[in-house]
Amino acid sequence: MSLADTARSMGKAFRTFGVAAALTFGTQAMAAAPAAPVAAEAAAPVAAAPAAAASDSAAPAVAAEAAPVDKGYYTPMQPTAGKGQPVDKGWTFQDQYSPIGEEGLWMHDVILMPIIVAISILVLVLLLVVMAKFNKRANPVASKTSHNTLIEVIWTLVPVLILVVIAVPSIRLLAHQYDPAPKGALTVKVTGYQWYWGYTYPDNGGFEVISNMLPDEDAVKNGEPAQLAVDNRMVVPAGEPIRIQTIGSDVIHAFAVPSLWFKLDAVPGRINEKVLFIKEPGVYYGQCSELCGARHGYMPIAVEALPRDKFEAWVKTQPGGTVEAAPAAPAA
Amino acid sequence: MATIPANEGFDAHHDAHDHDHDHKPGFFARWFMSTNHKDIGTLYLIFAIFAGIIGGAVSGIMRAELAEPGIQYLGWWTNLLGGNAADFNATLHMWNVLITAHGLIMVFFMVMPAIIGGFGNWFVPIMIGAPDMAFPRMNNVSFWLTFVGFCSLMFSAFVPGGTGMGAGTGWTVYAPLSTSGSVGPAVDFAIFSLHLSGAGSILGAVNFITTIFNMRAPGMTLHKMPLFVWSVLVTAFLLLLALPVLAAAITMLLTDRNFGTTFFDPAGGGDPVLYQHLFWFFGHPEVYIMILPGFGIISQIISTFSKKPVFGYLGMAYAMVAIGVVGFIVWAHHMYTTGLDVNTKMYFTAATMVIAVPTGIKIFSWIATMWGGSLEFKSPMVWALGFIFLFTVGGVTGVVLANGGVDDNLHDTYYVVAHFHYVLSLGAVTSLFAGFYYWFPKMSGRMHSEFLSHLQFWVFFVGVNLIFFPMHFLGVQGMPRRYPDYALAYSYWNKIASIGYVIMAVSIVIFFINILYAFLAGKKAEANYWGEGATTLEWTLSSPPPFHQFETLPVIDDAAHAH
Repeated sequence: MSLADTARSMGKAFRTFGVAAALTFGTQAMAAAPAAPVAAEAAAPVAAAPAAAASDSAAPAVAAEAAPVDKGYYTPMQPTAGKGQPVDKGWTFQDQYSPIGEEGLWMHDVILMPIIVAISILVLVLLLVVMAKFNKRANPVASKTSHNTLIEVIWTLVPVLILVVIAVPSIRLLAHQYDPAPKGALTVKVTGYQWYWGYTYPDNGGFEVISNMLPDEDAVKNGEPAQLAVDNRMVVPAGEPIRIQTIGSDVIHAFAVPSLWFKLDAVPGRINEKVLFIKEPGVYYGQCSELCGARHGYMPIAVEALPRDKFEAWVKTQPGGTVEAAPAAPAA
Repeated sequence: MATIPANEGFDAHHDAHDHDHDHKPGFFARWFMSTNHKDIGTLYLIFAIFAGIIGGAVSGIMRAELAEPGIQYLGWWTNLLGGNAADFNATLHMWNVLITAHGLIMVFFMVMPAIIGGFGNWFVPIMIGAPDMAFPRMNNVSFWLTFVGFCSLMFSAFVPGGTGMGAGTGWTVYAPLSTSGSVGPAVDFAIFSLHLSGAGSILGAVNFITTIFNMRAPGMTLHKMPLFVWSVLVTAFLLLLALPVLAAAITMLLTDRNFGTTFFDPAGGGDPVLYQHLFWFFGHPEVYIMILPGFGIISQIISTFSKKPVFGYLGMAYAMVAIGVVGFIVWAHHMYTTGLDVNTKMYFTAATMVIAVPTGIKIFSWIATMWGGSLEFKSPMVWALGFIFLFTVGGVTGVVLANGGVDDNLHDTYYVVAHFHYVLSLGAVTSLFAGFYYWFPKMSGRMHSEFLSHLQFWVFFVGVNLIFFPMHFLGVQGMPRRYPDYALAYSYWNKIASIGYVIMAVSIVIFFINILYAFLAGKKAEANYWGEGATTLEWTLSSPPPFHQFETLPVIDDAAHAH
């Protein structure tokens, strides 16, 4: 517990310095901030004052500074019906919005489905033929055949060949899923708690967004699907690889978003990592997918992908947006 | 129990009927201290039916809750079991207790006791021409351990288990939810229940292996054994090798919970994923333990009603051996999302798909057995035909899930629930009903109603497909398992599944009416009521067989009873 507390308070400190640095040196400095925390720390006291003073020029950024609780220039995106969420009476995969998702969907729809449907129909047809041709009336005397080496070899080897046909693209899909994130990719650390999610942005000051499920009425009022909507979404940039790291803080949870073909367990004591690439802006819903206790069904996931500039604008709202950060800024 | 000779009921007529091989002990001695494989088999079957009613009722509660979005009935059930429904967490905990109970009961106290304890005990000794099991007293211990294990599981529902009453860990009992995540004695009792029934199963496995290796009648070579005996032999080895690993894993859970060890706690250097490896090293063979004897039953039935020997007997026998062996090296396909590295995931993807080959051999061999046969669509045969198709559907979705890259989306969704219910609820359970109708007159001496059996099949077939086929759709749409409530978009297929449950429940009522009919009005069963196609040794005995059979061992010549 104490370790986690330390990490969290460190995150808060980071957040303050990150914003200060961002306002002073712009985005380049912001990216560098986590790499050189000591430098940022040194710069922070100096930087804070001019940032507060220069309130006329950078309008959106300053609005947040002036009224830290206000989320002025981040408005949660309205979800699009049928995108990033299940559809009524749906019986296919959700539309996919990541390259891995497209490849996985192709694997399922083009390779696996035709094969398994064909095998099931073949078995069904064979059963029907047998029932029609070899019932007691049609064939009163049973044959005594009980061996046929050739046919046994055939029905052993043909399935092997079919499996090879499946295995090749399957292994390729797996390899693609493990392509490492490029250097400099944004990292988002996803922490599963009983029973909510925490999204930490170590590259952006280390703030943590705590994400709880919205009550059904609020979700509906917002125009969001009940059981899937959350109060604070995990906001990420679209169109670039993101390094997702998952960890469980108490028991095992699983971070899963069906429309992004993404599922990774959040296990206490280990950090799992995987690349997430969201092709276009949107809201993508998911749910905890490892039994984690009473409210397992009540900790949904909402990922909001934004263009890079809007994502950065959202990041800037974050420190000011939390109650604890507001007094921290003047103190600095 | 040590005073058996002094018991009044036991051997009461010893002097008078010394030579009468069919005299039976008194009621208590016969049913509570039983050493007779047929009586123990009957006990197992009655117990399995009883546990099946409870496990099935639990799934009824679940389907009722899932019929509509929102929480409807959980609070009521929470109060009933002595919990506090005012606490919403306790109400939701009740859901987890239900899914845990359903899984554990159906796996350990319904399918396994019925298919191995029931049919295995009844027919393995008879089919190999043995008078009884090798260790009759141990056989009795196996049963009562299972029974007491069931009591321990039932008891766990009434004691605190963390956020509410009962063990709400899922049948997989994953740490740390089952250790630090569930305070209170409920999970301890659930674990103890697994210990007891696991010990019972290990003893049973030892018994079957010894019996099959040492007590075959003269001429009954391994390669002449009926395929059902082969299936139980392979299953017994799986039990013997897999269950001790489960016992170790859950013992570590117990010590983590109660004695301060940290096998699965990262704070002390442990690893929660280690538990999953241990559990699934047991858990994957376990699913073959549940289905392999079903394969054996289906082989007997298909052969009988085609009036043909099983096609490719050796291929069938060794396909089961292959499934058993490969079943031990595919366990981590249950863990694709835990953070396995890429090579591990590729290996388990490839290894898992290999299982489709021997399974395919079995499906095609059954069809080839019927090819050229003279099929009679008696009740067991109809169930067996249903089994082949339903098991194929469950098998091919297994091929889909085997792909680690695809499982990343489907893992822990309803697609998985649909898959394993197609192979178990529609596969293993269908084979149980097939076996029941095949052998019920042999065991009871009374014929069941063919009409009711057929009717039950069709109602059951419609019902279970309505329950489980839509779950594929829910799964690909992303609905996670083990959820008491869901997004509105999932409501349509959930409603259909719940309607399917009602239809399935009707089929179970027909099943009981059929049993009742058999005992009240059923015709007396002849020795071989299925006719010329039924060639294994149980058909040479009266129905029901004498209390002790084969006191003079049958001799199997080359022509008879061979494949």
